[in-house]
Amino acid sequence: MSLSLATSNPPPSEMAMQPSANASVTPFPVKCQIKNVGFYYGKFHALKNVSLPLHDRRVTAFIGPSGCGKSTLLRILNRIYELYPNQTATGEVLVDGQDILAPGLDLNLVRAKIGMVFQKPTPFPMSIHDNVAFGIKLYERLPKSELDDRIEHALRRAALWDEVKDKLRQSGLGLSGGQQQRLCIARAIAVQPEILLLDEPASALDPISTQRIEELIAELKSDYCIAIVTHNMQQAARSSDYTAFMYLGELVEFDETEKIFTTPREKRTEDYITGRFG
Amino acid sequence: MQLYTRRRISNYLVVTLSLGATAFGLLFLIFVLGTLLTNGIGALSLSLITQATPPPGSAGGLTNAIFGSLAMTAIATLVGTPTGILAGTFLAEYAHGSRLGELVRFINDVLLSAPSIIIGLFVYALLVVPMGHFSAWAGSVALAIIMIPVIVRTTEDMLNLVPSTLREAAAALGAPKWKIVVTVTYRSAVQGMLTGVLLAVARISGETAPLLFTALNNQFWSTDLNRPMANLPVVIFQFAMSPYADWQVLAWAGALLITAAILVLNIGARFFASWSGLQK
Repeated sequence: MSLSLATSNPPPSEMAMQPSANASVTPFPVKCQIKNVGFYYGKFHALKNVSLPLHDRRVTAFIGPSGCGKSTLLRILNRIYELYPNQTATGEVLVDGQDILAPGLDLNLVRAKIGMVFQKPTPFPMSIHDNVAFGIKLYERLPKSELDDRIEHALRRAALWDEVKDKLRQSGLGLSGGQQQRLCIARAIAVQPEILLLDEPASALDPISTQRIEELIAELKSDYCIAIVTHNMQQAARSSDYTAFMYLGELVEFDETEKIFTTPREKRTEDYITGRFG
Repeated sequence: MQLYTRRRISNYLVVTLSLGATAFGLLFLIFVLGTLLTNGIGALSLSLITQATPPPGSAGGLTNAIFGSLAMTAIATLVGTPTGILAGTFLAEYAHGSRLGELVRFINDVLLSAPSIIIGLFVYALLVVPMGHFSAWAGSVALAIIMIPVIVRTTEDMLNLVPSTLREAAAALGAPKWKIVVTVTYRSAVQGMLTGVLLAVARISGETAPLLFTALNNQFWSTDLNRPMANLPVVIFQFAMSPYADWQVLAWAGALLITAAILVLNIGARFFASWSGLQK
């Protein structure tokens, strides 16, 4: 599947722009560069001037107290906020150098390239097979055997295949919460996106399911650029390579996860991760 | 302890009053159904569905009226269901917060509570007068107009019950809006929407006033939609008011038939509703 959005090549200087000094030495190139992004719910200024890179084949975690704008930021990255009136984003989000916030882009192609999994599992009211096939069928016309292969592959990658292979024709609503969430991940990766956005994917799940999702994230990062919003500090520390701490609509600190959790530069970051507020 | 006693007494009082009110309401329902059954059962016979309405003083059936009711309800349903569902979809999926949406919703609510006799008069002026005669078409149009606001309302309500996260999830896969509505939202709400349609059918199958002004009645078997057509409600009205015993018996039989049909539709609607409950 080629869903290339790029029509113009960006100047190399833009690709190299990094707010964090040590981020540039990583062997994982910047997949997505968030530049001076702001966001308004009507008149309310929810995000202020956020800039950071998302590295390919790395996991970037967004932490911060409720209402700090981390989910909002995620919802900008695939322009899902545009489903609602009175929500506007400013700034640039460069994916492989192309600004996906620019007007005139085919929104649906943007979204096909940037997958998203939500806080609550959202299986569609159809069979497990059709849930995964839904996204594939939107942009590709495949022979049945090939479609089935793609579905099996996606379910295997989501670590769900063994549990559902004998009941692919049953409703996706009949699965447990954790299985439903893995089905949603399978559905998202079946369309072969380049970036995966996870909005608190494990917050509605029990510890065992959470662990499976975390293992899955570790597994998937070899292929995707992953951004995850989480309320769970341990989860961010365990499963991410980079961490962004946000507070009151601003990006307070962005660095390698290890540095954020051991030697944060900002007092507010330290207070938050040690549990002094938030 | 005194507090406890007081609570027990007030609890007892409220429960008794509630039960009394329920019994009072149910009493009339049972009374109506009982009268219908005792008078209608005896009138049921095979000739009901083999013979047309008779002239006064002779035996006959209700074939023409049953056919007329079925035909006009079917046409109204065929017209009203897609119209109502599309309008409801517009309100729930496309018109959020828009002025036009508010206006359409308001007009629909007005239409929903409009007395059916007004609808009959309207169609009489709109179709019957210009055409110069009563017709089954006019009857169907009147029934469809009564049906549409019911379906619009239930469709909108049912679509609004579908969590927005489901739409977001489909949009996040790159699905265009129409595709989300048709494949995800409709699928989630289909049982509720179907229930709404069934209830709307039940609602119009007993309407009399709009048909008096439009389809009127026909003593004879007729399948010509361009001519007056017999139908159960108007036949019941006419026969029940007549002085002829044969006609009165037929009126009871017709009333029982309609009640049974509406009962079946309502049970069907409940079945669909609970089926959706089982699925989730």
